Amino acid sequence: MNPSPYNFTWPFSPPDNIVLVIAIILGKILVMVAAAMLHVAYCTWFERKIIGHMQVRIGPNRVGPFGLLQPIADGIKLFFKEDVIPRPGVGSTKFRIVFKVAPLLVLFATLSSLAVVPVFEAFYIANINIGLLYILALSAVSTYGIIMAGWASDSKYAFLGSLRSSAQLISYEVAMGLSLVGVMMLAGSLNFIDIVKAQQTSWHGMYLIPQFLGYFVFMVSALAETNRAPFDLPEAESELVAGYFVEYSGMRFALFFLGEYIAMIVMSCVAVLCFWGGWGLPPVLYKVVPALNDLPQSVKTFVEAVVFLCKVYSHLFLYYWIRATLPRYRYDQLMRIGWTVLIPLALVNIVITALVKYFF
Amino acid sequence: MSPHLRRLATKELTINMGPQHPATHGVLRLVLDLDGEKVIKCTPYVGYLHRGTEKLGENRTYPMVLPLTDRLDYVSSMANNIGYCVAVERLLGVSVPERAKFIRTIMAELTRIANHIVWLATHALDIGAMTVFLYSMREREKILELYEMACGARLTVTYPRIGGVRCDINQEFIDACTAFINEFPSHVEEYERLIDQNRIWLVRTKGIGVISAEEAINWGLTGPTLRGSGVPYDVRKCAPYDAYDQIDFDIPLGTNCDVYDRYRCRMEEFRQSVRIIRQCLEKLPGGLVLNPDAPGYDMAAGPRKKPAPPAPPPAAGAAPAEAPAAPAGPQFEDLYVATEVPKGELGFYFVSDGTGKPYRMHVRAPSFVHASVLPRLCEGGLVADVIANIGTIDIVLGECDR
Repeated sequence: MNPSPYNFTWPFSPPDNIVLVIAIILGKILVMVAAAMLHVAYCTWFERKIIGHMQVRIGPNRVGPFGLLQPIADGIKLFFKEDVIPRPGVGSTKFRIVFKVAPLLVLFATLSSLAVVPVFEAFYIANINIGLLYILALSAVSTYGIIMAGWASDSKYAFLGSLRSSAQLISYEVAMGLSLVGVMMLAGSLNFIDIVKAQQTSWHGMYLIPQFLGYFVFMVSALAETNRAPFDLPEAESELVAGYFVEYSGMRFALFFLGEYIAMIVMSCVAVLCFWGGWGLPPVLYKVVPALNDLPQSVKTFVEAVVFLCKVYSHLFLYYWIRATLPRYRYDQLMRIGWTVLIPLALVNIVITALVKYFF
Repeated sequence: MSPHLRRLATKELTINMGPQHPATHGVLRLVLDLDGEKVIKCTPYVGYLHRGTEKLGENRTYPMVLPLTDRLDYVSSMANNIGYCVAVERLLGVSVPERAKFIRTIMAELTRIANHIVWLATHALDIGAMTVFLYSMREREKILELYEMACGARLTVTYPRIGGVRCDINQEFIDACTAFINEFPSHVEEYERLIDQNRIWLVRTKGIGVISAEEAINWGLTGPTLRGSGVPYDVRKCAPYDAYDQIDFDIPLGTNCDVYDRYRCRMEEFRQSVRIIRQCLEKLPGGLVLNPDAPGYDMAAGPRKKPAPPAPPPAAGAAPAEAPAAPAGPQFEDLYVATEVPKGELGFYFVSDGTGKPYRMHVRAPSFVHASVLPRLCEGGLVADVIANIGTIDIVLGECDR
């Protein structure tokens, strides 16, 4: 190998079997994306069933047993629908390309967040040291997609929806970032695996207990960040019809939909990893049931994955439960909560966490 | 500021809310001028559901107009029928048997419950509380089943008749109705548990759409929309019809004149309606349900006799024979009779020329009057308040546009 004229050295040494490594990474991405898509499909089914039962009705039950094929049917329907692209008005400078790109941007931004989510200790696509920051950054990127969609739709309702959405996401991003600072301080890391491992040092194995204030702020801002009830103002059905994606149809609409649900899943994953102890069972359980320690590694890994998924599903259930229960906030009220309640609460949480960490 | 920027003018964003919009309760169209989220100007446009009910009425005999009134406020058709029948009875001087009066009162109050259920459902859905919608539809279904049991129809019932009701109710209906009013108050509590003390519901409804008692009267508001401002006006008390003078009930009033108080008024009316139905079922007298002398569908279109002579039935054969006795030229008389339908005061104004058809029929529709107050309620508020205000005045466009 020739020495670099600029005395440049790679920050890491490329492995010898680089093809295999890339193949494995691609395989992981494929698994993750496929799993995410399937999860989105069945999230909708789960949501409709849960909310259906909460609302004294049955939910989907026509396509397949228990309506299990309903999401597939919906997907096929959306795929074959006409893709209507509004023609910009006379003198309008709006580009159709923006209209077309916007849903892709939303989907890519949310899908990429999955790259740093470890399902169990050994399964992740990228184990980067700033995983938490990366997810926060990408969730901000998806805002651009929403603004682009609202602007390029050339529709007043879509425009209002995207304005609301951008204002809402920007305000709640602050609260969300601050709510996670407590976790970062306790774990001393932004890496999800380190955060989960740090939680295993306490008997309950969850930051939910010391960081309940942070969790509350995180949960509320996660609802706002993913445009879910009671903060679903950007797509408030009764006011803005559908908000920023009112002009979208067919597969492009489905991409927004996928993006929204993947964002929900990602937020649930973050909540589980940062507050609910990730894939770990409470360490006290190992004390009470010593037999758990003797399980073979493969079984342990399997249990970890199941625990993680169960926690994520329970978190998603929380989303649906809230949606079935609460009315919708008004725009100004939402902003007021973000700036005057959540951000101060998150700051208080940071100060308390810092004091506790410093003195104990 | 560059000259280029100085040329840029700021102006309001005009958006067209409706006539196809999920929250405008049918085909109401509002043109909103927005400054950001703030409503600067709100202009309602009505008439998208105009079917010419009043004009159609002029070409039909009095009994034939009855089915048209079902289609006014299709959410509470029974109340419109009763309002129409009460008005025509007073015009033609037809008496109603006691039993029919009580049955009508029961039906009117069931309709009030059914209407307020739809109001609650849509109002809550507009504000984002989806579950209330489905909970309340469950109870409305039971009321529609009661209608079905009484007359076979569910939505456009045409059950009351001029001079009574079409058919008697049986014990099965009374039992089902009793069961319903026994369980219904617990369901009202259920709705209240969901939203009554909910912080989001409170901030969305308290202090929104405030209209003082004086202004509310000046705008012509009636029904719970008026009573939310604390005005104790209810046609059932002020000018009792049917069996209301024999029934003991209260009129719930609001104090803060806002969306929340109007919501509370209607929630209390649920309980008062249950109280009225219970008393009616207890006091239900026997006897006929339809005055045998009442005009039927074969009522002649020709000159109609005044009710005073000993042979009042304007039967098909009799009318032409008596026609020459009438003085030359039509004899005009007019009459306005109002009843308290769930949405407010529904009035029928007739100009009669002495024939079996109304010369002119006018419907004083509460929805129409209430839609006119929307600019007063919405201007200065936010877009989301427009939705709350449309919900609180409880309009149905079928009645508004007629």
